[in-house]
Amino acid sequence: MEIGAKLEILADAAKYDASCASSGAAKSDSRSGRGVGSTGGAGICHSYAPDGRCISLLKLLLTNSCIYDCHYCINRRSSNVRRAVFTPAEVVKLTLDFYKRNYIEGLFLSSGIIRNADHTMEQVIAVARTLREEHDFRGYIHLKTIPEASPELIETAARYADRISINLELPTQESLDRLAPEKNMARTKVAMGRIRHRLEEASERKRDGDKKLRHATGQSTQVIVGADASTDADFLDRSDELYRSYKMRRVYYSAFSPIPEPSAVLPLQAPPLLREHRLYQADWLMRYYGFQTREILTPEAPNLDLELDPKLAWALRNRQNFPVDLQTAPREVLLRVPGLGVRNVDRILRIRRLTRLRLGDLVRLRVPLKKVQPFIVTADHHPSRYLLDSDRLRARFAPKPRQLELF
Amino acid sequence: MRSIDPGNDYESWRRAARELLVAGVAPGEVLFEREQGLFGGAGGLREEPAPYRAGDAAKVPAAFVKLARAASCHREEGRWALLYRILWRIVKGGERDLCEISSDLDVAKALLLGKNVRREIHKMHAFVRFRLVATDGESGRETYAAWFEPEHRIVEAAAPFFRKRFANMNWSIFTPLGCAHWNGEQLAFSEGLAASPLNGGDSMEDFWKTYYRSIFNPARLKVKMMRTEMPAKYWKNLPEAELIGPLIQESRRRVETMHGEDLRPAKAAPRNRYLASLGEMSAAAACSGPSGNQSLAEMAGAAANCRACPLWKSATGTVFGEGPGDARVMVVGEQPGDQEDIAGRPFVGPAGKLLDEAFAQAGLDRSAMYLTNAVKHFKWTPRDTPRGKVRLHQSPAAGEIEACRPWLLGELHRVAPEVLILLGATAARSLLGREVKVVSGRGLIDAPKLAARVILTVHPSYLLRLPAGEVRQAAFAAFVDDLRLASA
Ligand code: SF4
Ligand code: SF4
Repeated sequence: MEIGAKLEILADAAKYDASCASSGAAKSDSRSGRGVGSTGGAGICHSYAPDGRCISLLKLLLTNSCIYDCHYCINRRSSNVRRAVFTPAEVVKLTLDFYKRNYIEGLFLSSGIIRNADHTMEQVIAVARTLREEHDFRGYIHLKTIPEASPELIETAARYADRISINLELPTQESLDRLAPEKNMARTKVAMGRIRHRLEEASERKRDGDKKLRHATGQSTQVIVGADASTDADFLDRSDELYRSYKMRRVYYSAFSPIPEPSAVLPLQAPPLLREHRLYQADWLMRYYGFQTREILTPEAPNLDLELDPKLAWALRNRQNFPVDLQTAPREVLLRVPGLGVRNVDRILRIRRLTRLRLGDLVRLRVPLKKVQPFIVTADHHPSRYLLDSDRLRARFAPKPRQLELF
Repeated sequence: MRSIDPGNDYESWRRAARELLVAGVAPGEVLFEREQGLFGGAGGLREEPAPYRAGDAAKVPAAFVKLARAASCHREEGRWALLYRILWRIVKGGERDLCEISSDLDVAKALLLGKNVRREIHKMHAFVRFRLVATDGESGRETYAAWFEPEHRIVEAAAPFFRKRFANMNWSIFTPLGCAHWNGEQLAFSEGLAASPLNGGDSMEDFWKTYYRSIFNPARLKVKMMRTEMPAKYWKNLPEAELIGPLIQESRRRVETMHGEDLRPAKAAPRNRYLASLGEMSAAAACSGPSGNQSLAEMAGAAANCRACPLWKSATGTVFGEGPGDARVMVVGEQPGDQEDIAGRPFVGPAGKLLDEAFAQAGLDRSAMYLTNAVKHFKWTPRDTPRGKVRLHQSPAAGEIEACRPWLLGELHRVAPEVLILLGATAARSLLGREVKVVSGRGLIDAPKLAARVILTVHPSYLLRLPAGEVRQAAFAAFVDDLRLASA
């Protein structure tokens, strides 16, 4: 099979994995080396596809043959999709050729499971090793690993990669049993724990002066939303556990997407894109705004409001906490005001040491006034009790029903 | 009213602005205009400038320099007057912290300009597309070139990124607002070009387009999002952009086709040793305690699937005891902590390190002892600290200690140690079956059913909670004394 045809199949096979940001690598560049590449900072999206997703890395499967049978996946053994296999040399060449033309930040390599976990890992590692050792490639490498692979191989992968990851895919073992019968929550957690252990060891060694050590700096994971009956609370609880227990850099939420070759076990449906979006917002609140999962969702109301963003929904449920005086409220309180982001909160903290805040200041900071007004007090503004206490508040914010994306 | 030519960049404007400041020219009295004439572009006063003296240098906060540098790359004509107004207010108006007030009318404007410029630099890093134009026959060194059309004067600010990333190839980036060139040694800049000097594409562009087409998921169209992040003004220099229209048009049909497909039944698993082993692992029955005939190793395997209390759910795995099965000394702690849970081994966290130190001082060899915990899963509660989201240790409840006791008794019976060391109240509670005051009851205790010699002492994590210094040192010494009873 010629390389263009393989590229078509094996990029198509990789596109359902959303966990491919290129951020958070240690700083490095090519000036002291022979090859190309630099990393560090936020990572760059070199293009965007009409699905709105950032194209940052060359995202490929080494092969889409797979002995597993995950029903949401086009590559599962029950699918009749055309199969292809890259040789490691082909992936290396594509990566370098794309990289030198500034198309990509690096490589995101995964693979269907062939023969067994260790064999598959070895193939994936061979690509990364060649890039790093033979070509002195200093761009970004993200390797997908398999929980059942031997710990030594996972550690080897971490030596060549900037980021390694294992996809959890579904938040409960019951869902895995039904939709990804070969996958196992407990084994995945053990492997994630081991990875965290190694990442921490490596960062300690670097801190203690081992400057030459090349090692991944983080792990991440993906869960599929809408393929099982799990509630948003199930997802957020699981994410919270993963952030705490395994120091995930990120948990990616990927709306279950229709695929060619649909499974009888998991019929297709439209991808729940809005739900995916709300989960990201809620996740953001947990990580950067000091919210606890229990504040965002409760056992009685375990799903996010699709109409309102989760911070606004929280504020509407907790009106007694408002209004908040922008001149005096502490940072953690400001962070909970709908319409105020981290950056603007920090700006407000600096500004208010020097001057009294007015609504005009907020306009110039490009804070959405309509959203914040009911919740704040400034030198020239006090929201009417009537507004804050009435059910109109929700009406003010609930969007008029509309099509999400017209085309 | 004066007129002054600010030149094209931050440096030339700064020279002009400095002279204006020295001359005491207020913002309302000056027009910043580019010279249209033959000798335009040099910057400086039209009239003979007052000679610049070293002592005139005005001190401005670093934040202003940063702001001005970024904003000055913007092509907005009013930027020079705006920056001079801010400078004036800082230096002459006494508003030294002006740049901190990001909601000030002038500062907000300048910040916005700077933000646009930074964004444009970022987009240049993203959207420059190199083409291979030459390969040196001897050295194999390649030369690449690109044509890019930025909105602002950002080539110089954007170029260092390319130098770092592509240090080992030669490249040129041509733009209407200046060009950058790297030859492996020097970064050079030249005047902008009216049109791209490059013709023809690159052999990899077809592969890149294949990739773009294949990575697109037609089932999740979000065109607005794409347009926000990759505005149409960039499309003409992106080889993949010609695919955008067709991909959007086909997407609906492609999704309908997917929905129209027959559902594929699940195929049976192939005969494969690895798959079979996965099946066995997963089928290993959940259990609630040891059975009588298991060896220590078998028991450890069974405990991995223990579900006798809810603690397994939020922990990573069972942390079973470790050490020789015929150890003379067995040590029982409370439960694994964050580190133990991750490593899957007992006593490897901070308390474990302290314990190791105490062992060393007491002359005990850790590798010769059997170490375990009264409860085998980590119990924790979420806590957000300045260092991030952590798991805070929680003491196990009576029911959990109860549920886990069979495992501990199983270990005790198999190891049958001569000396048993109980660290802390949980271990004592589990094996003595009653509440014990550790601090008052510490030392040798009489429990012949457990072992010939039973030592009760504090848990090392108790020592960690004491204030560092004399108090802790004394407590540590007492702890070591207790441990010494093991070798007496
Ligand atoms: S392991 Fe599952 S998700 Fe991964 S390629 Fe195979 S079938 Fe797809
Ligand atoms: S703590 Fe003990 S009893 Fe509870 S599940 Fe774990 S091993 Fe079983």
